[in-house]
Amino acid sequence: MRGRLSLWLGLVLTLTFVMAAAVSFLWVPQDVTQLAITNKMKPPSGGHLLGTDHFGRDILSMIMVGARTSIAVALVAVGIGMGLGVPLGLTAAAHRGGWLDEIIMRGNDLVFAFPSLIIAILITAVFGPSALNAIIAIGIFNIPVFARVTRGAALSLWTRDWIMAARVAGKGRARISLEHILPNVTNLLIVQGTIQFSLGILAEAGLSYVGLGAQPPLPSWGRMLADSQTMISLAPHMAIFPGLAILLTVLGLNLMGDGLRDWLDPRLRRAR
Amino acid sequence: MLRYLIKRATSLLVALVVASAVIFALVEVVPGDPASFMLGINAQEDTLAALRAELGLNGSLLERYFSWIGGMVRGDFGTSYTYRTDVAGMVADRLQVSLPLALYALALSMAIAFPAGIWAAARRGRAGDLGVMAATQLGVAVPNFWFAMLMVLVFAIQLRWFPAGGFAGWDKGLLPGLKSLTLPAIALALPQAAILTRVMRSALIDVLSEDYIRTARAKGLSKGQVLRRHALRNAMIPVLTIIGMQFSFLLAGAIIIENVFFLPGLGRLVFQSISARDLIVVESVVMLLVFAVIVVNFAVDLAYALVDPRLRSRE
Repeated sequence: MRGRLSLWLGLVLTLTFVMAAAVSFLWVPQDVTQLAITNKMKPPSGGHLLGTDHFGRDILSMIMVGARTSIAVALVAVGIGMGLGVPLGLTAAAHRGGWLDEIIMRGNDLVFAFPSLIIAILITAVFGPSALNAIIAIGIFNIPVFARVTRGAALSLWTRDWIMAARVAGKGRARISLEHILPNVTNLLIVQGTIQFSLGILAEAGLSYVGLGAQPPLPSWGRMLADSQTMISLAPHMAIFPGLAILLTVLGLNLMGDGLRDWLDPRLRRAR
Repeated sequence: MLRYLIKRATSLLVALVVASAVIFALVEVVPGDPASFMLGINAQEDTLAALRAELGLNGSLLERYFSWIGGMVRGDFGTSYTYRTDVAGMVADRLQVSLPLALYALALSMAIAFPAGIWAAARRGRAGDLGVMAATQLGVAVPNFWFAMLMVLVFAIQLRWFPAGGFAGWDKGLLPGLKSLTLPAIALALPQAAILTRVMRSALIDVLSEDYIRTARAKGLSKGQVLRRHALRNAMIPVLTIIGMQFSFLLAGAIIIENVFFLPGLGRLVFQSISARDLIVVESVVMLLVFAVIVVNFAVDLAYALVDPRLRSRE
């Protein structure tokens, strides 16, 4: 029941923001490229549901357009991480203690050892700040996360008797990994995937906040927060709504992920 | 155990060498000549050449790499292009902010997560568990720099309990320093505590469904005894992984939080140095952070071996 509730709540929240992003291509309450200084820092009202910013732009419209950037960056970054990390983790676990395991895991440690945000800042300093460089920077650092989680879970599975049975039956390492290990680590991957997705959105917001994500004039949630910082005591609504947008999107994705996991895993369902 | 240790130590060394080469190469790609950046566009050619020689920019790529590494090993991090001071001294200054901040946040994170995770796992599915899980959902979803801004609004601007930013320094005593690090540490710790609570809870629940737990219960141990003697120790493996990961998140996350609170830490130093094209500072500080994270991961690996004897005996 709780799983069902999470799933629906998460789905509604996530769809709200996906829809907001989609609708923003066709229509927004007010054009975000139009500045109206006379109308600046107005609190929420009938004309501007979430108020206006320091340039007089409608905050609701800014949040709708900003949703595109956040969702796109995080989605691609998780894709990069899973697409490369999971096969690496499975391979490493299948060749536990061998040179392949050693190379993969040391390579992993290496990427992992780089403080991701600082390297992202370095990357953007070298190649220029942009949404694409943000995707690459966030995506690269997702790879070792998925590889580690996959390998860690797979290692304990490889010691089980039923894996031994599969080996005795003549199945190769690759086949066991795909047929027996992967289905049993999917759970963990879904959980990790939701965490990484939320972290992706948060990381994009963080990079934009320090000025290294999507560049003006494209609105982004992180930069809206950066703009609001010096005016926070004058116009708190400028800080509150973009932050809430990030919070609710991430919350929605996580709830949906949790709900999906419970729904997909019959073992968990029976246990409840 | 000794063979395991030697193997790990070797890969630690390889990791450090490759990491330093990557950082060096990445920084080499940055366009711009630091000497002309420092002296401005009207500089004379001979002053430029003299400064380049002084900064050690004339040698070949390999020469410069080895002199940089050699210096790092001896504790000589070079001289900042812009501040004209010893980088090691600057790093030491900034570490007085960044290291206590990261440790403060890590301590907060564990102090919240361990009891909360264990408590929730022990009453799985009941109201207390649901409450803890709902709280972690919020904790994971909050952008910590936004949370930091709201805390500044409430606790610094409205209530005036804490400073809105800046660092008081340790020379005025422990309390003012801790006071200026408290809001940043809470902001840093919040998402980490939520993640750690979930990991602790789910690891414990996984372990609690194992057969040996049922056996332990069947032989007459109480729930609390089973938890302490059998479950916690086995649940620590994933928890340790996450704590290892969190260290790098805390170091890197600090760069943004340091921005919110205008704290003179390592993260802000890197950020300022990049915009000032002060490459030697960027190189050395990033290398130092990477060194710290690699060594911590190494320690986590060793901790695994101590907690789980199975991992020690690799075939």
